[in-house]
Amino acid sequence: MPVMTYRDAIKSAMAEEMERDESVVLLGEDIGLYGGTHLVTDGLLDKFGSKRVIDTPIAEGGFTGAAIGMAMMGMRPIVEMMTWNFSFQAADQIIQNAAKIRYFSGGQASVPLVIRGPNGGGVQLSAQHTHSLEGFYGHFPGLKVVAPVTPHDAKGMMIEAIRDPDPVLILEAGALYGTKGEVPEGEYTVEFGKARIAREGTDVSLIGYGRQVNLLLKVAERLQADEGITAEVIDVRSIRPFDEETLVNSVMKTNRAVVVEEQWRWFSVASEVAASIQEHAFDYLDAPVERVSGAETPAPYARNLEAAAFPNEEQIIDAVRRVAYRRA
Amino acid sequence: MATTQSSTKKRKSASSGANGAKPDVPGVSAEKLLEFYNQMVYVRLFEEACQRAFRQGRVGGYLHVYIGQEAVAVGLLDTYQPEDRVITAYRDHAHALLLGSPPNEVMAELYGKGTGIVKGKGGSMHLFDVPNGLMGGYGIVGGHIPLGVGMAYAMAYQQTGGIVQLYFGDGAIHNGAYHEAANLAGLWGKSGMNPTLFILENNQYGMGTSVERATANTDLGSKFASYGIEHEKVDGMDVVAMNEAAHRLSKQVRETGVPFAIEAMTYRIAPHGAADFLEKYRSKEEVKEARKRDPIGLLEQRILDAGAADEEALETIRKANKEIADAAVTFAEESPDPDIAELYTDVYADSPEVHSA
Repeated sequence: MPVMTYRDAIKSAMAEEMERDESVVLLGEDIGLYGGTHLVTDGLLDKFGSKRVIDTPIAEGGFTGAAIGMAMMGMRPIVEMMTWNFSFQAADQIIQNAAKIRYFSGGQASVPLVIRGPNGGGVQLSAQHTHSLEGFYGHFPGLKVVAPVTPHDAKGMMIEAIRDPDPVLILEAGALYGTKGEVPEGEYTVEFGKARIAREGTDVSLIGYGRQVNLLLKVAERLQADEGITAEVIDVRSIRPFDEETLVNSVMKTNRAVVVEEQWRWFSVASEVAASIQEHAFDYLDAPVERVSGAETPAPYARNLEAAAFPNEEQIIDAVRRVAYRRA
Repeated sequence: MATTQSSTKKRKSASSGANGAKPDVPGVSAEKLLEFYNQMVYVRLFEEACQRAFRQGRVGGYLHVYIGQEAVAVGLLDTYQPEDRVITAYRDHAHALLLGSPPNEVMAELYGKGTGIVKGKGGSMHLFDVPNGLMGGYGIVGGHIPLGVGMAYAMAYQQTGGIVQLYFGDGAIHNGAYHEAANLAGLWGKSGMNPTLFILENNQYGMGTSVERATANTDLGSKFASYGIEHEKVDGMDVVAMNEAAHRLSKQVRETGVPFAIEAMTYRIAPHGAADFLEKYRSKEEVKEARKRDPIGLLEQRILDAGAADEEALETIRKANKEIADAAVTFAEESPDPDIAELYTDVYADSPEVHSA
């Protein structure tokens, strides 16, 4: 199978859909001439022209709102948020318009819109440029929210999103644009609302999404080697709709769960996962569900402080020991 | 019968309109004046019925009526073509009615009934009638303006030949959403990609805050000029003046794909919302003075002066429209509540469908 970077997987999905469907257009800051801050759209202006690859002024609310209007007229716009941090500027458009128009129009209008961009931290961008917004956006009915971690899923979910009749937010793993993975040839989609078992195991369920999945896979190897614990790693990948079944089935098998996320714990995805597990698999649990989340602070700048603000291998291993009732 | 009324309101063709006549210049036919009168009275009496229902507690939520501003939408929507789209804020009843939405369904929406035009899910602020070109009423001041600009881009991209009539109030022009959207419209218009007709309904107040209390630069037209959008101020109490500008400027926008802005100088005779009882922000004298230029009164005078119709004929029109409004109220009152299962429909495209008996 061909190997491709996460960045190229997203780009090829957009390019292929643009070839297939003239109603697909791109909007965003410096996505055309500049090539995109993260080069995800590099080369697309030359290929598709300025009517379809639209460089916008730095006005997220304005161009996101305009994209919603385009979508209501039957186009399939893809908005690039240079980073999701800037989406607060467009939050009124995303939440008050995109998420609700189908509903308050009584089903007369729809918003087939994709908004994509890098999410999360890890590259010393400090407080205003570091957020993990999956819990925030996942809160709103009417939106779909996904967070792919592999190039395979990034491409398949992007194509699925473009063809979806409702607004889809793709929270890309900003730190992983250069990572490589296998991507099938030809067109395929990854269905929303289905978690992925990234590693099979029997002793504990490690649950996460985005770049945390890679961390969990590393932890699983260490647990196997050092502690003899065989961990199952679940990549949630679709925040809304949310696949309770896969998580619950995993916990029914392992009887223990550690949920890991980069975002703040309170009112977070991990909290929702923990609640789902206790609702549906209470009798199977041998220990309370552990959450490992980001520090409850604005994101710091200094390398060591930032590292301390996000989940790390030691924290996760400690949590696993707690649910397994083991000493270090 | 209400349905007859609404079907006569459907636009036949723009060329049957005021054919570029200037205000106070003979050239608007008697028939046209009476058509305008009929439409304005239709809106006025419908809105008055809404107000009564609200005060009786039969209509919930917010209610923002169009009383005093009728000449604006009537004059402009006379130019509506089937490929056009209309988008506005929450003072949206008139736009729906004039585009041909059944008055019964509009009233039923206000009553929150299952027969409402958006199934009782939106209420007064969110009327939609997509088949008739109404892309919605929106409740967040300024928030719909980018949508309208994007729709215009899409129409240019799809080469439909349509334009967007994008309505908003003077209160919205101070909102960031307006400025970002106007900037995009001006920019995209440079390559003919933005057939937006902005209609600033300057009714002098953003809720209770007058223009003078909202901005140091009260020349609101200059806020279009900032973004390279040409604009024209029009007497929004004079339906003939509105109509003349509407035909001329919608044609221009349609042909060029370049946005244009009309600042309609109007006045909200009614309170901001039906719950705005005190009106501490303006004097009774001011409202009384404004009523002298009530757009319906002005048109009545014009009709009578021109001998286009006599008082008796006007009374017949009023009576017919009163019946439409009354019938809409009856329809709304007798309609069933929405099926409770509708709560969960229309969240997503694949939300469960409700099949009512």
